[in-house]
Amino acid sequence: MGPITEANSYYSSLYKFFLDLEVGGVDIIPEWLAYFLAGFLVIFSIVNAVVIITTVATWAERRLIGRFHNRLGPNRWGPFGLFTPIADAVKLLGKEDTRPEGVDSWIFNMAPIVFIVPTILVFAVIPIGENTYIANLNIGLLFIVAVTTVGTLGMFMGGWASGNRFSLFGAMRAVASLISYEVPMVLSIVGVVLLSGSLSMVEVVEAQTIPFIFLQPLGFFIFFAAASAEMNRSPFDVVEAESEIIAGYHTEYSGMKWGTFQLAEFIAPFGVSAILVTMFLKGWEGPVLPSHLWFFLKVCFFWFIMLWIRATLPRLRIDQIMAFAWKILFPLSVLNLFVTALELLIWKDPTVSELWMMAGINWTIAIVCLVVISRAGRSRISTRPMLFARSEISYNQSGEVN
Amino acid sequence: MPIRTEPVTVNIGPQHPSTHGVFRLRVTFDGEVIQDLEPVFGYLHRGSEKLAEERTYTQVVTLTDRLDYVASMSNNLAYVLSVEKLAGVQPPERAMYIRVIAAELQRIASHLVATGFLLQDLGALGTPLMYCFRERERILDMFEMLCGARVTFSYMRIGGVFQDAPPEFWVSLSKFLVDMPHYIDDYEGLLAGNEILLTRTKDVGVLHQSTAIDASITGPVLRGTGLEWDLRKHDPYEIYDRVAFNIPLGTVSDNYDRFMLRILEMRESLNIIQQCVQQIPEGPIRTEGVPYLVRPPVGDAYGHVEGPKGELGFYIVSDGGIAPYRLKIRSPSLINLTAMKDMLVGGKLSDMIVTLGSIDINMGEVDR
Repeated sequence: MGPITEANSYYSSLYKFFLDLEVGGVDIIPEWLAYFLAGFLVIFSIVNAVVIITTVATWAERRLIGRFHNRLGPNRWGPFGLFTPIADAVKLLGKEDTRPEGVDSWIFNMAPIVFIVPTILVFAVIPIGENTYIANLNIGLLFIVAVTTVGTLGMFMGGWASGNRFSLFGAMRAVASLISYEVPMVLSIVGVVLLSGSLSMVEVVEAQTIPFIFLQPLGFFIFFAAASAEMNRSPFDVVEAESEIIAGYHTEYSGMKWGTFQLAEFIAPFGVSAILVTMFLKGWEGPVLPSHLWFFLKVCFFWFIMLWIRATLPRLRIDQIMAFAWKILFPLSVLNLFVTALELLIWKDPTVSELWMMAGINWTIAIVCLVVISRAGRSRISTRPMLFARSEISYNQSGEVN
Repeated sequence: MPIRTEPVTVNIGPQHPSTHGVFRLRVTFDGEVIQDLEPVFGYLHRGSEKLAEERTYTQVVTLTDRLDYVASMSNNLAYVLSVEKLAGVQPPERAMYIRVIAAELQRIASHLVATGFLLQDLGALGTPLMYCFRERERILDMFEMLCGARVTFSYMRIGGVFQDAPPEFWVSLSKFLVDMPHYIDDYEGLLAGNEILLTRTKDVGVLHQSTAIDASITGPVLRGTGLEWDLRKHDPYEIYDRVAFNIPLGTVSDNYDRFMLRILEMRESLNIIQQCVQQIPEGPIRTEGVPYLVRPPVGDAYGHVEGPKGELGFYIVSDGGIAPYRLKIRSPSLINLTAMKDMLVGGKLSDMIVTLGSIDINMGEVDR
C-alpha cells in the first residue's frame, strides 16, 4: 500500500480523508476500506472524465469537420448544438438492438466490451497532471503496448462473429494492419525508453529535460503514423472504410453496442494523444498554467491535428498501407533506434548541451530520411501531362498551357 | 503446411454506400484480389421507355429529367433534338445558344459531382465533395432562374426552350464565369497533386482502347483511352460548330486520366459558355407554329448529344400520333459499366470502388 500512495497527491489525499473520517472520535472507515474507496473514486473519476470529454469531443469533432466541409455542423440542440451528444446517447440507448441470424452471440456481445476496455485502460498509467495518475507502473509503456493490442482482438471478434463478409474483410484488415504497425510503433517507443532509462510513464515525463520531440523526431513521426493506423484514423482507415466495406467489423451492430464501438473509437485519439504528449512533449509540464490544464491543452492539440488529417486526406489501399509499414516505417524505426543507441553510447550521461547536439543530429537525419523517401517515390506519385486533341499541347498542373 | 483457401463471393450492393444508387456487383474475391465481377442491373427500373409511349411528345421531356438526375439538361437536350429531327422543326438561334449554355453548365455540374464522389469513394470524408457541391449549388441556382426547378428541369421544349433566360441569369452567369476558373484551380491544386490520390488512381482500372471501342464506350471514359471522339466535334449539333474548344485526352486510360480529364473538360465547358455569351443573338426562343401536341410524320429518328457521361441518344419511332410509338434510350452509363470486368479483374476491392467512381455512372440512367 505504501509505494502506491506515496507521491500520488490525488490518491493519498483521498486516502487520508477516508482514513481520518471520524464520527464522535471513532474511526468509522478501516484502512482497507479507505484504500478501496480512494482507489475506486480515483478510477471512477478518471474513467468518467475520459468518457465525458470524449462525448463532448464528438460534438467538437462534428462542428470542426463541418467547418472543414464549409458547412455549419450540428447547431440545433442547445447552445451551438452542445447537447447533440446527449441526444445521440438517448437515441442510441432507445434503439432496437438488432442481431442478424447465424451470429455467434457470445462473441458478438463481448466484442464491444473487449474493444472499449483497453482504450480506457491506457489512461491508468498516464500522468494527467503533476502527481496525478492511477498507477505508476514501472512497465508503463509496455503495459500500454500490451493493452492497446487487445482492442484489435475486439475488432476481430466483432467482425468474425457477425457472419457478414464485409465485417470479415474489416476484421482481416484490422489484424493485418495491427501486425504490421505494431513493429515500428514499439521500435519507435524504444528510442524514448533508451533516452529516459525507464518504462514508467511518470519517469519518462521527469526524464525530459528537453522535450523528446526534439531528440526523437523520427520516433515521433513513426509513432504518430503507426498509432493512426492502429486506431484506424485517416489516411489508414481501411478497417472501416465506409466507401468500400460499409463499416467494416461493426457493420452488423446497432444500438448501444454500436455506440460502444463508436465511443471507443472516439476515445482512442485521446489515448494516443495522451501517450504522445507524455512521451514527446514533456507530459503535464509547462509554465504558469496548472499542470492538468497544460496536459489537456497538449492533448487537444494533437487531437485537433488528427482531426485535421482526417478531414483532409483520402484513404490509402490496404497493400499500400502494408508497404508503408514494412518498407518505410520499419527501416526508419530501426535506423532511429540504432542512432539513438549509438548517441547514448558516446554520451553516456548527456548534459543539456549534449542533448541539444543530439537533437541537431537527429533532426538532420529525420529530414534527410523523409526527403530521400519522398524523392524515391516521386516517379510513382508525380502528376502526368494530359493531351489535347488536334493541337497536341501539353498541359501542366497549374492550368497553363506549355 | 499449405493453408486451404477458397474464394469468397460478395454482393456489393444493391444497398452499399458507394454504388451510386441501387446497383449490385457480384464479386468473387481471393482475399482482397478480384477474381471475377458481374454487374447486376435493374433495381431502379421504372420503365421510362414504356411510359414514354403513353405520353405526348412534350410530356416525355419530364421523363428524361429522371434518367440521369444529375444531368437533366443534357437529357432534355438529347430528347428534344431527336424529336426536332423527327418533326423537322428548326429552333431559333437564341434558343440554341441558351440550350448549349444550359447543357455546358450541366456538364460542369455533373463533372463536379463525379469528381466529388470519386474523392468520397477514395475516403476523403466529404471535404472535396462539399467543395464541389458549393460550386454545383451556384449552377443549380442559375437553373432555378431559368426554369424554377433545381433538379428536374424540363426546361427544353420542342422547337426552343420554356422561357427566355431572365436578366439576373446573365448577371450570375458572368460572375460564375469569373469565379469558376479559380475554383477549378483550387481542385487541381488540392487534389491533382495529392500523393495519396495519385497512388490510389494511377495505373488502376486501366481500360484498353480496343476493348473500349468494342464495348462502344463513350464520353470521358473513352477519351481517357486517348481516342479523340466527341460528338460536339464529330457530329456537331446546335451551334457547337461555331465555338472553338479543345478535347482533352488521356494517355494511360487509368482512373487518374479520367479524373483529370473531367477537370480539364470543365475548363473547356467554361470556354464554350464564354463564347456563347458573346455570340448569343436577340430574338425568339421558340419556333412559331409548333403545337403543344406535336404530331411528327410517320418515321424514325435518332438524335444524340455528348452528355457529361458519354453519348446520350434517343431513338424515336413515330406512327403519326401524339405519342412516340417506341422510344429507345441509349444511355452512356449502362454501356460504360459493361467494361468494368475488363478494368478490374486482378485489382483490389478498393480499386473497384474507385474505378466505379471514375466511370461516373448514374443509376437512374442505367436502369431507366
